[in-house]
Amino acid sequence: MAQVSITVNGKQRSSEVEPRTLLVHFLREQLNLTGTHVGCDTSQCGACTVLIDGRSAKACTVFAVQADGSEVTTIEGLAEGEQLHPLQTGFWEEHGLQCGYCTPGMIMSCVNLLNDNPKPSEQEIREGLDGNLCRCTGYQHIVNAVQHAATKG
Amino acid sequence: MAESPMLPKMVGQRVKRREDPRLIQGQGTYVDDLKIVGMEHVAFARSDIAHGRIKSVDTSVAEAMDGVTAVFTGAQIAEFVKPVPIITPFPSPDHRAVVVDTVRYVGEPVAVVVATNRYIAKDAADAITVDYEMLPAVVDTEKAMTGQPAQLHKDFENNLSVALLPSGTGVSPDGQTVDDTALDQAFADAEVVVSQRMVNHRLAPSAMEPRGTVAHYEPGHNKMTIWSSNQAPHLLRGAIASMFGMGEDQVRAIAPEVGGGFGAKVQAYAEDYVVAGLSKKLGIALKWTEDRSEAFLATTHGRGIIGYIDIAATNTGKVLGMKLRLIADIGAYNTLFTAAIPTFTTLMANATYDIPAIRTTITEVFTNKTPTDAYRGAGRPEATYFVERGLDMLARKLAMDPAEVRRRNFIQPNQFPYTTQMGAVYDSGDYAAALDLALQNAGWDKLKAERDQAQAEGRLVGIGLSMYVEVCGLGPSAVLPTGGWEHSQVTIERDGRINATTGASPHGQGNETTFGQMLADQFGVPLDHITIHHGDTAIAKQGIGTFGSRSQAVGGAALHLAGGKVRKKMAKFAAALLEAHEDDLVFENGRISVKGAPDSGKSFEEVAAYAYVPVPLPEGLEPGLSEEAFFEPSNNTYPFGCHIALIEIDRDTGEPTLRRLIAVDDAGNLINPLIVEGQIHGGLAQGVGQAMIEEVQYGDDGQPLTSTFMDYAIPRAADLPRFELDNTVTPTPVNPLGAKGVGEAGTLGSTPCVVSAAVDALSQFGVTHIDMMLRPEKLWQIINGGQS
Amino acid sequence: MIPSNFDYQRAQSVDDALTKLAASGGTGKVIAGGHSLVPMMKLRLHEPTTLIDIARIGELSGIREQDGLIEIGANTVHHDVATSSLLRNNCPIIAETAGMIGDPQVRNRGTLGGSLAHADPAADYPAALLALDAQIQLQGPSGTREVAATDFFQGLFTVDLADNEIITAVRFTPVQVAAYAKLYQRASRFAIVGVAAALVINQGSMLRKPTIRSSRIGLTGAASHALRLTSVEEAVAGQAATAEAMAQAAQGAGAKIDDINADLHASEAYRRAMIQVFTTRALQGALARLPA
Repeated sequence: MAQVSITVNGKQRSSEVEPRTLLVHFLREQLNLTGTHVGCDTSQCGACTVLIDGRSAKACTVFAVQADGSEVTTIEGLAEGEQLHPLQTGFWEEHGLQCGYCTPGMIMSCVNLLNDNPKPSEQEIREGLDGNLCRCTGYQHIVNAVQHAATKG
Repeated sequence: MAESPMLPKMVGQRVKRREDPRLIQGQGTYVDDLKIVGMEHVAFARSDIAHGRIKSVDTSVAEAMDGVTAVFTGAQIAEFVKPVPIITPFPSPDHRAVVVDTVRYVGEPVAVVVATNRYIAKDAADAITVDYEMLPAVVDTEKAMTGQPAQLHKDFENNLSVALLPSGTGVSPDGQTVDDTALDQAFADAEVVVSQRMVNHRLAPSAMEPRGTVAHYEPGHNKMTIWSSNQAPHLLRGAIASMFGMGEDQVRAIAPEVGGGFGAKVQAYAEDYVVAGLSKKLGIALKWTEDRSEAFLATTHGRGIIGYIDIAATNTGKVLGMKLRLIADIGAYNTLFTAAIPTFTTLMANATYDIPAIRTTITEVFTNKTPTDAYRGAGRPEATYFVERGLDMLARKLAMDPAEVRRRNFIQPNQFPYTTQMGAVYDSGDYAAALDLALQNAGWDKLKAERDQAQAEGRLVGIGLSMYVEVCGLGPSAVLPTGGWEHSQVTIERDGRINATTGASPHGQGNETTFGQMLADQFGVPLDHITIHHGDTAIAKQGIGTFGSRSQAVGGAALHLAGGKVRKKMAKFAAALLEAHEDDLVFENGRISVKGAPDSGKSFEEVAAYAYVPVPLPEGLEPGLSEEAFFEPSNNTYPFGCHIALIEIDRDTGEPTLRRLIAVDDAGNLINPLIVEGQIHGGLAQGVGQAMIEEVQYGDDGQPLTSTFMDYAIPRAADLPRFELDNTVTPTPVNPLGAKGVGEAGTLGSTPCVVSAAVDALSQFGVTHIDMMLRPEKLWQIINGGQS
Repeated sequence: MIPSNFDYQRAQSVDDALTKLAASGGTGKVIAGGHSLVPMMKLRLHEPTTLIDIARIGELSGIREQDGLIEIGANTVHHDVATSSLLRNNCPIIAETAGMIGDPQVRNRGTLGGSLAHADPAADYPAALLALDAQIQLQGPSGTREVAATDFFQGLFTVDLADNEIITAVRFTPVQVAAYAKLYQRASRFAIVGVAAALVINQGSMLRKPTIRSSRIGLTGAASHALRLTSVEEAVAGQAATAEAMAQAAQGAGAKIDDINADLHASEAYRRAMIQVFTTRALQGALARLPA
């Protein structure tokens, strides 16, 4: 077992874990932060995307022990109280989700995208989503959601 | 009056979804998010060979592991789990939830582990070893039909599940007598015949949430609760109850938040039965969560059908007759709807055309692969693909505009209801209107000129067009063995808030929003005073489920009827309060009042409160405001449309790029155009995916070659252009809403139009058909003079 | 998918990492970003008993320029390489290559050293490092050594890196006139074929058009490991610096490689043909970076 201490959504969380515990399982099963999802096991789908020290990462491809001492932001930590993050608003306004399963990872990925490039072109948005799969939307409303956040956020 | 603002009409508006606030904040609850005190975890050991007899299963290492509660072989499971049932009226081989003696596909469960956590369960499942006597793998469908290289099931000679089942012109309804006269005449009269073998290949449905099940049997109550990532919890309830000798009153099935289904989550799977059975046997709650790598093997695939099409026509492009011989690769077993999927292909063989003579046959073949079952469109995209590709070939052969060939064969608006050669009764349609709008939006003549210009410059640019019509709003019960109705209950609570249930269990379709919109209008109350419940058989008392684009057309209609009943009763209470006639009342802006005199009315809340404390009780009324309705449609609905694609192929690499996709869809009346657009976008992406990048592949030894997202591609954002949508509106007469359903539409026309565009781009190399998917290497070979 | 269990140790310095690695007796595996290793472990294709995490060793991170050489620390993530203004200005090919790896999340975590140590035959970096004639810096119990990229990639998942060594950095002379071109495998986004070309140009004059003095061309995805396309390098030398001449020089590229990969995404024949196509594109892409 290994001791990890990770600041998750601003709160320091410490726990004993097996070294093989994936960060996504640490978040979901030990911290009950079930908003971060698992959609594949080979790092393609991006449903598990969180921010580690401000950068998007696939939490299914990181051991919790690797994130020891880091700051992790999950979908649950994105809104400020009642105030939704502009991307959450964008996804809602533009119907950027259907089943909602890819959505938390998709939104966290888009946070990274807009941090790097606040006014992306449509092509840049589409390429910025290379690490996230959605099976419901055909992506068009997701692109609209990011544009919404970029222009009205 | 101050509390009664003017409420806008909701139906037909682009209302943003009520489901979203929880989902965009990570607050939805999917199956894997559930925890129950004392819950343990299930993992399956699965076959790593395609075909073989089990000689022995060694579970000793697994059983000895710390944290392992129990390990079960197939034989042990068979003691309390009966064979997996199906629902189609076709013969079916014995299908055990966990293999007892012979494995028939890679991924088939061979043993089950129960452990205290999922990591240990996985370790233990990995530690189980199976000794097999290898049998030859049956992979090639057409070779399998000769019984080679092996027979999968003892009672199914030549691996045939269904053999040459005929339908269409000259075939008696029972299929027993076949008269070829009309068909033979059509081909004798033909001035031109096109014939082609086409493969509509296997796909992995790939909902982003893999499957998962939590079962909690409570011995003290003799009750089972099962949560499953499932599209039809009421069917699941019945299946579990029947499997374990329980009553439907003793089983509660819950489809919580479901992360996509696409047809592959309609049925109760082997894993559902095993997890429930083990929970009952062990008396503890159990969870199983499917890995993506398991999903590629253990969740049913879609499509997987070969079509031999022959079209007889005149030189002016009038189709005289058509033959379509179908050979379906159904995999190792029949599952719930498997055997029936190709019957939807034959049912839709008439497509949008007035074809006077059609003959189809269906042959279904067992192979050592994952079973196939419903996948978005389920049989209708296959029909559309075969017929539309065939008409495209006809147009090319006659050097006619592909739009013109279609136009010359359309069923005309005045022919509806139209009984097809296949026995379908099309409800309504105006196919030329959809075609014209699509051509206009595409700038068809300009598009053709651009294509010609690009080709003159040496660029490989092509355009493709496809019409489609699909059978949706599945019901009535005569055509759906599950029952073809849907159910709803609408309750006006004492405080005037509305609780409503639907048996149409959504997984992304947004029923909480669309159904709320309908009730908001029906009762003249704010949308946020309404809650739509679904997915829990203890709350939604009855239901069939969400598949076959039936939520709105059948489920919505049931809701409308239940709402109408309550409204009628509420009007009687209001009439008593207002000393008015119930027929003179209007429900609007949160009030019930005499038409034309809003100030005279009572608030909705006041009337609701009165209905629950009715002093005095109006004569002939019972207290309370809760009514339910079953809606059974008189017929299916037949939505239609036209899709157009522009594609460019890289001459050096063969890589295709989809430049434009223009879609005109007619789903009848729309409740929420924003949600409808989303449904169409998603369907288009899946249809394009099939044409361009998705294909389940097996090696000659039956090993799956595409069992992770490393090898099986589904479209990414950058793979798709911005879709250009539009719609026509032809309401259906078969339900009170005039809505036809739209969940599957996008997958219908997109696939053939993209392939036709690729053929158009490469026709200069002499090619008239290309089998999907449009693998760059395949296109490169055509460009370089090889065969497709 | 869940990996087998292992012991985890975090190394504080390179020396500490080497000590821990030695102590593991050959069963230890170094992890930095983990984006090659963790997926393999989840599929249980790799089951190391000890993981030694070097991600926090600061001295292994960063992009520096010194004495005309650029050094990229092994722990530098792909995103930092892709967006480095130093690299984009002075050696765009390496930034370009990094930006074509995986997807944004992978680029945020995956490291240069991890990619090289793993040596996936379809990885992108190796082609670029071959074209740049990069030197790979290694450190082991007996000190440091430097291996030329040409010698480093030896076979399928096999590199010149001992069990008790770690990669510390990569060093190369920046090249302006160089480019990477790649045929994406559409599911994984790895390279079916990737070609990196770096050109040394004889500047033209009023009377003479510029020509290619020499070149280095690295190929990935096509064979068991990344390798140089020496026959094309020879064919390019002395040619006019024109797109047509580049296409001409790329004729037959890869024709002499005998262990071309074949899989469900591309046959041997197609891959071989694509070597020529992407060699042409890389050469032409490099020329397009010729200062006006």
